[in-house]
Amino acid sequence: MKAETPVRPAMAAMFRLQFEPAQDSWVLLYPEGMVRLNTPAAEILRRCDGHRSVDEIVAELEAAFLRGDLHGDVLAFLAQARERGWVQ
Amino acid sequence: MAQSIAGAVRPPFWLLAELTYRCPLHCVFCSNPIDYAQHDSELDTATWKRVLAEARAMGAVQLGFSGGEPLLRDDLEELVAHASGLGFYTNLITSGVGLTLARAQALKAAGLDHIQLSFQDSTRELNDFISSTRTFELKSKVAAIIKSLGYPMVLNCVMHRFNLPHVGRIIDMAERMGADYLELANTQYYGWAWLNRAALMPTVEELRVAEAVVTVHRDNAVSRMKVLWVSPDYADAKPKPCMAGWGAVFMVVAPDGLALPCHSARMLPGPAMPDLREVSVHSAWHDSEAFNRYRGQAWMNDTCGTCDERGRDFGGCRCQAFLLTGDAAATDPVCPKSDRRGSVDALLADAVTARATAAEQPLRFVAGASKQAGLIYRSDANSRACGGGGAPC
Repeated sequence: MKAETPVRPAMAAMFRLQFEPAQDSWVLLYPEGMVRLNTPAAEILRRCDGHRSVDEIVAELEAAFLRGDLHGDVLAFLAQARERGWVQ
Repeated sequence: MAQSIAGAVRPPFWLLAELTYRCPLHCVFCSNPIDYAQHDSELDTATWKRVLAEARAMGAVQLGFSGGEPLLRDDLEELVAHASGLGFYTNLITSGVGLTLARAQALKAAGLDHIQLSFQDSTRELNDFISSTRTFELKSKVAAIIKSLGYPMVLNCVMHRFNLPHVGRIIDMAERMGADYLELANTQYYGWAWLNRAALMPTVEELRVAEAVVTVHRDNAVSRMKVLWVSPDYADAKPKPCMAGWGAVFMVVAPDGLALPCHSARMLPGPAMPDLREVSVHSAWHDSEAFNRYRGQAWMNDTCGTCDERGRDFGGCRCQAFLLTGDAAATDPVCPKSDRRGSVDALLADAVTARATAAEQPLRFVAGASKQAGLIYRSDANSRACGGGGAPC
């Protein structure tokens, strides 16, 4: 089953995103577990608030990281995140 | 000799706060100590708050409120709010008894992130028999309350010879209730489960049949619910990476304030467990002899210390080694490399013999029963009777 990437992705209720100083990284917390995120993953997920569209997220990241070609990367990550149940 | 190796040791990731040993249920596999009735003092609210703050400051991020039944503490909401404010991901591990809609709402407002609800079976008869309470209907209602408030919900069912044949129906029940995860927790033989091991022990065949049902479900699942099959390590003959290593990521705080490397460690001989009424979480974790005793690999005997698996299973379980061999530093006897593996095989063989000889009796809840079908219920009276000498009776 191929996961559809939603137009305005939001974090699933099961997961909480926060910065952990002790890990020096952003983490995803869920019942009895944790995933440590790399910087690109964290930057995308931080913007999955149910309000921003995928295009807006891409535009923000391209501006923040001075890149002009992130659309494919963001879509690929969001498809993975959807499959793992992180975003809905 | 206590040693400080703070530089090399990572902080605890998981703190399990066992708020009380009191519990309205009498489950025959309870992981609380058999002698729990002797440890009936409880930390007060202010001390719990200090413990939580100290653990969080070290970097702990997952927090479980457990017991006993944590809902018996009327300061639970206050502790959840405190923990949530500190940035913990908060998990409530409950039998469901006492979780009214009002309380579930108050806990939500306090910031509770997730609820793990226990069931003993998919049938009222066995659920009520195993817990010696009439709680099946109540638990079903509690599951609906949890879902109605949007909590992530994990259902936990401890598995043993009586309910393994029901595993398919247990999965169906969890699906109907809208669980996000189902933990099929094959009995780990400590505490009351150790006391009742002969009566609870499934045969290897019974385990394989049940596991096959789980595998079929996984392969054909249409729902999002994940099913976790906790390895029955006696039958799988593979040491579990217990607590992900002694003093590596996990700290249990018992109701009376003892800091423990695992649920069962207070029964081990050797150094006293650190008392958080007297020392800080940091000191208990880094400086106590108890937390350093089996940390890393220096304690391992030659069998474990030269084994290729030692970086993955961390030498298995110290409490299991102690219960089965009398030596907490021995190779975990579930391991085929242990010279005591025969003691585990004998327990499994006894289950086969028992099935061949025993006449099956109907299992039904009897109010106030202290023993039934060869099982000793967890109760204050049985705890005083069986836990007196410190050794399992």
